[in-house]
Amino acid sequence: MNKTYSIFRHEFLQTIKRTGFIILTLTLPVLALLGIGVFCIVAGAAKPPADATRIGYVDEAGGFDKYIIQGNLTLLRFDDREAATSALMNKEIAEYFVIPADFISMGVVSRYTMQRELSPPAAITDAIKNFISSNLLAGKVPAISIVRIEAPLNLVTTMLTSTGAVAPEQGGFGNFIIPGIFSLLLMFALLFSSIYVIQSISEEKENRLMEILLSSVSTRQLLTGKLLGLGAAGLAQVAVWVISLQLLLELASSSIGGIFSTIQLPASFLVLGVVYFVLGYSVFAVLSACVAVISSTAQEAQGFASIYTLFAMAPLWCFSLLLLFPNSPVWIVFSIFPFSAPVLVVLRLGLTGVPAWQLIFSIAVMMLCIVGGLVLAAKLLRTYVLMYGKRPSMGEMIRNFRNKIKTAD
Amino acid sequence: MKPAVEVDAIVKSYADQVAVDHLSFSVDQKEIFGLIGPNGAGKTTTIRLMMDIIKPDSGQIAIFSEKLSESTKNRLGYLPEERGLYRKLSVIDSIIYLASLKGMNTRSAKKKADELLNKTGMLSNKKKKIEELSKGMSQIIQLIVTIIHDPELVILDEPFTGLDPVNTELLKQMIQDLKKQGKAVILSTHQMNQIEELCDRILMIDHGGAVLYGNLQEIKAKYRSNSVHIEFDGELGEVAGVAERRIHEGYVELVLEGNSTPKQILEQLVGSGISVSRFEVATPSLNEIFLKVVGKES
Repeated sequence: MNKTYSIFRHEFLQTIKRTGFIILTLTLPVLALLGIGVFCIVAGAAKPPADATRIGYVDEAGGFDKYIIQGNLTLLRFDDREAATSALMNKEIAEYFVIPADFISMGVVSRYTMQRELSPPAAITDAIKNFISSNLLAGKVPAISIVRIEAPLNLVTTMLTSTGAVAPEQGGFGNFIIPGIFSLLLMFALLFSSIYVIQSISEEKENRLMEILLSSVSTRQLLTGKLLGLGAAGLAQVAVWVISLQLLLELASSSIGGIFSTIQLPASFLVLGVVYFVLGYSVFAVLSACVAVISSTAQEAQGFASIYTLFAMAPLWCFSLLLLFPNSPVWIVFSIFPFSAPVLVVLRLGLTGVPAWQLIFSIAVMMLCIVGGLVLAAKLLRTYVLMYGKRPSMGEMIRNFRNKIKTAD
Repeated sequence: MKPAVEVDAIVKSYADQVAVDHLSFSVDQKEIFGLIGPNGAGKTTTIRLMMDIIKPDSGQIAIFSEKLSESTKNRLGYLPEERGLYRKLSVIDSIIYLASLKGMNTRSAKKKADELLNKTGMLSNKKKKIEELSKGMSQIIQLIVTIIHDPELVILDEPFTGLDPVNTELLKQMIQDLKKQGKAVILSTHQMNQIEELCDRILMIDHGGAVLYGNLQEIKAKYRSNSVHIEFDGELGEVAGVAERRIHEGYVELVLEGNSTPKQILEQLVGSGISVSRFEVATPSLNEIFLKVVGKES
């Protein structure tokens, strides 16, 4: 059996059997499912029940007596505030509002309810607003104009290509949802792949297994098998997330609707998403391998890893800025920087078009980083494999490389 | 028959010291070769150089007449001084995985693992996690991992450390079995009694260089002092050819004059009429030779 394959198989199986890995893999879909469930319950509870559609009003300004049916709300007129309050106490109405005599000049409407709430529900606000505007405009403009004034426009944007044809990808939030969620999953995958690589190498160092392993395989076989095995486990994890995501989005689309029903998957995203996942994983894995080799313990290595994994998270932290200025020169630079590129480029693919030169440059830099990192990790492993319990200083490492320590492979 | 190992003038230096200094030796096939020396003498560094885990600054190492390659690694079994196993893995999974890195397929590894676990009385622990085993039991598993792929050369660095007397005997028996099977065994330890009991030839190193090298019996003969040990009943009178008489607890040591032989002394003792219950030509232990040589060197 090929030795690299043996290491690959061992790392893959040991990783997917870890309790932490299983919990993490299942947590995201379960949380999303719970989110949808909670949304449906809350949204269901928030809908005005059929018998609670009666709300009262007191018209002190006069002239507000038409359009008393607003959607599923029926507006009941009361002569004064006492009568309306009494009806509210007797639960004949759910709430009431008062249109004061100076409404036309002041524009203030007072609302009375027995419910504690953060802000008035949108459905109630819209109903009162439409009721007032409809009554104010009644007889002065045609009925169709009243409808238009209440809902002035539905702005539909169509993106054209350079030839004037309708672009196959129209952008918008529907186009961003999958890249947005994928970038979040990618960030998690990068963070956890770093942790798994560090744990795996540190465990073998701390358990004094390195010398036994290197008496059977080369440093290159060991690192390649290990990174491929852990990468496959990471890919399996993301595959579970993507498959469950598809089912969850369908569920969200049918149960929540709205933005979820407009989801589109950009065609280029399928290919680029996979490319950036594989390259991003590899960049973080080789760097984590280097860090694990020179660190004395797994905890120390994870401390170092937290520094460079910040770059993977940074695009999501700065998301509001990214949303406003997706083509800013700052983002272009970070799209080429190998530690921030995977998550950032995936996000930008959902927000805007990323020029081909940026993609090519970014992919080339990541590939160089991976090859260089792998060579460096193999050299470090060779040099510091027997250094148990202490970390070489930066000066020591530079001195060792200057002395041209002979390396195998 | 070509040597299993040929080491030619290897040098390995670290920043502030020379760990191995122009060391040369060879290990024959079908022999148990002892590598001895005080702590920090360079034994483990020499082994790591042989195993290609670290590179020499200069010099050549040949294993089975060729430079160590990935395929040659499958012909070696190595039990390092700093050793361990995957603590969360079961005994059988650990053995099978590490055997696969020596080129064994799963079926053969399982069969051989069962055989060796049975032989060492560890079969009932087959499915236990390594972390559930005692240190001694873990060491037996490590030895099984070292020899499961039927290596032609076995290198054991301080294999007796942490073993109780029962497991020490078991290990000694396994080492002798390896020799009987025609394997070359390199045994590195500071426990001189084990070397004396098991090894055919030795290399004693100190400060990275060889101080004694060759057949164990020849070395002991070379360092033999010209004296005899006797136990007797009766009055020991004047014995001709004896330069000094040393009284020890339970026996007397007679240091012979330069031209006297043990045979002449024995004839005198028998002729004197005392009852001699023990007459033995005094041979220094390896420990005494070690102290003498290393003391002289230092």
